[in-house]
Amino acid sequence: MVLTGAEIVIRCLQEEKIEHVFGYPGGAVLHIYDELFKQESVRHVLVRHEQAAVHAADAYARSTGRAGVALVTSGPGVTNAVTGIATAYMDSIPVVIISGQVPVPAIGQDAFQEVDTVGITRPCVKHNFLVKDVRDIAPTMKKAFYLAESGRPGPVLVDIPKDVTAARCEFRYPADISIRSYNPVVKGHQGQIRKALQLIFEAKRPMIYTGGGVTLADASEKLIRFAKSLGAPVTNTLMGLGGFPATDKLFVGMLGMHGTFEANMSMQYCDVLIAIGARFDDRVIGDPAHFGQVPRKIVHIDIDPSSISKRVKVDVPIVGDVGEVLDELNRMLDATAERPDAQAISDWWKQIDAWRTRDCLAYKNSDEIIKPQFVIQKLYEITKGEAFVTSDVGQHQMWAAQYYLFDKPRRWINSGGLGTMGVGIPYAMGVQLAHPGSPVAVVTGEASVQMCIQELSTCKQYRLPIKICNLNNRYLGMVRQWQQLFHGNRYSESYMDSLPDFAKLAEAYGHVGLRIDKPGDVEGALRESFKRKNELVFLDFQVDQTENVYPMVQGGKGLTEMILSSEDL
Amino acid sequence: MRHVISLLLENEAGALSRVSGLFSARAYNIESLTVAPTEDPSLSRMTIVTSGSDDVIEQITKQLNKLIEVVKVVDLSEAAHVERELMLIKVRATGKDREELKRTADIFRGRIIDVTESSYVIELTGDSRKLDAFIEAIDRSLILETVRTGVCGVGRGDRILRL
Ligand SMILES: Cc1ncc(C[n+]2csc(CCOP(=O)(O)OP(=O)(O)O)c2C)c(N)n1
Repeated sequence: MVLTGAEIVIRCLQEEKIEHVFGYPGGAVLHIYDELFKQESVRHVLVRHEQAAVHAADAYARSTGRAGVALVTSGPGVTNAVTGIATAYMDSIPVVIISGQVPVPAIGQDAFQEVDTVGITRPCVKHNFLVKDVRDIAPTMKKAFYLAESGRPGPVLVDIPKDVTAARCEFRYPADISIRSYNPVVKGHQGQIRKALQLIFEAKRPMIYTGGGVTLADASEKLIRFAKSLGAPVTNTLMGLGGFPATDKLFVGMLGMHGTFEANMSMQYCDVLIAIGARFDDRVIGDPAHFGQVPRKIVHIDIDPSSISKRVKVDVPIVGDVGEVLDELNRMLDATAERPDAQAISDWWKQIDAWRTRDCLAYKNSDEIIKPQFVIQKLYEITKGEAFVTSDVGQHQMWAAQYYLFDKPRRWINSGGLGTMGVGIPYAMGVQLAHPGSPVAVVTGEASVQMCIQELSTCKQYRLPIKICNLNNRYLGMVRQWQQLFHGNRYSESYMDSLPDFAKLAEAYGHVGLRIDKPGDVEGALRESFKRKNELVFLDFQVDQTENVYPMVQGGKGLTEMILSSEDL
Repeated sequence: MRHVISLLLENEAGALSRVSGLFSARAYNIESLTVAPTEDPSLSRMTIVTSGSDDVIEQITKQLNKLIEVVKVVDLSEAAHVERELMLIKVRATGKDREELKRTADIFRGRIIDVTESSYVIELTGDSRKLDAFIEAIDRSLILETVRTGVCGVGRGDRILRL
């Protein structure tokens, strides 16, 4: 069948069973939009800014595991999308971005709306392509989805000049694809796995530390089995939350800069550390030299060899899909009665339980003023822990991570690696479209939410009944906290002045807006808003302006050098 | 430590910038980089001379392997290998310098490949130290231009980098 390039693009999306495309039209993609118009199976979601298109596609992927798709025009369409692409890249999220480009003969002529898209996006994609021949569209699209979703996932961009979308050729979607230079290792090395198990059996203080890789590999169930058969404590990174049930007694909480006392202490003082789909980044282990002062053996399982021994030297590297490797470990554990020394493990738990008694997440609640932590706790109660929660970036993000207990993967959607303010609402859009009928909450701050506030309009158009919990402290709270702690209380440009009336703003977009001032009204407002199944509710909580996130490890300090409360200051 | 890293990559537009972009983005050194197609026109062979601690070199090879268009990577300096670099050097050659330059070029097994009344172009191959030594051996003030290709290298004997 002879089709135009634009038709082929749509046919490829159909072949990939893509249901939603998030995008924004413009000159270079008009042929593609014309074809979108003529069919029903791929639904286009018109965002209000291309950044949001990529974020929404990214959240679609985070919450489902399938690649999300964004479609943007050349020039400013692409540059607007870059923040979204970099955000997905840092968290290894499969997204396919289709961008329009000026016609092939115009490339390099400084044509209207021309940018070097492949050049601009090169450092923040897993791979990108410029398709100069209509015959290459189908194989390139196939490669793009394959690359985005396989191995260590990531965003892949396909740049298509306008004349290529108008040209014609025979369409055939390749059934499968192989790329000679790309063969991600899936199965772990048997010998290494056996070596790892030997180390684990000798452990007196084992510790399991897992990250976003467990979620990406859909290996949560396997992780649970593995941890239970060892009886070892488990900690998750910010990206890994939900990979292991937060309400399980083996779970010691999130670790890192705002991790729990018990998680950071057990991470530091374990004797065998099993790192799974995590990358020892600076927000997680703090100063690597300080971390290295305590002797311990490290097993590291990751699909990406370059993540292994990058910041911390490991003893037993295992390159492979974490699900496959966990399966293998579980099989070996099933086949033997050997386990770590029970007495040692029980002593280790005594130590951890002693650390737990510090109750590091305790905070002083108030009858007068709303504490942000209290809002998250109520959100957790009212949604019974079953909501999808997206967040923006700042203190509210950390409180959401600390006080909302995620028992399932793919429920906690946030920008961990890039820390992009503005993701909250677009993330919720992507999640809600992928999971119609499920409760979706956004935890945000008055600064972050304004970075993509225009998407309230998209939410109206597509009737996305998300619940936005704005922890409004009138400060760039996380910035203010650092300035208070490390810059002598000089609050340079961290106060948010001239804020809009968010409730009215939400109403102006056609939604429900509520302002909540008193702690006594928090629960009622949340209940009321989740009852409104078909409406977006913007809850503007006026929270304590001076509350800080604790525990805290200052950037560059050791993992155990924690500030536990304002009394430590 | 200095390392010579050799790679096979897809002979495609943009592959070179992925490699050079990786080096600048991650703040790795490049002392020299050479690239050209191989006997299989779909593949290019690249030689990069870099330096760094063992950890950095390990990351460099891993990160290079991660690039989709990179097919194979070896660190040639891990074992026996040979390196060569080509230099074209244009020198002012007048009066008694003409004889002197010719003699020095002969000692270094260089060849004079262009002659005018006042200049020579001397072609010299060897490892980088030999080329440096030649520059040291002649009168600096006579040098008009130097052009060097950068190092290319190959493993000795059975060490073969191919598909
Ligand atoms: C796009 C972007 N710009 C700047 C920052 C730096 N930054 C991190 S947190 C933060 C403050 C966020 O304030 P708000 O959204 O009100 O949340 P709060 O910390 O008060 O909960 C800033 C400016 C960022 N992460 N992202």
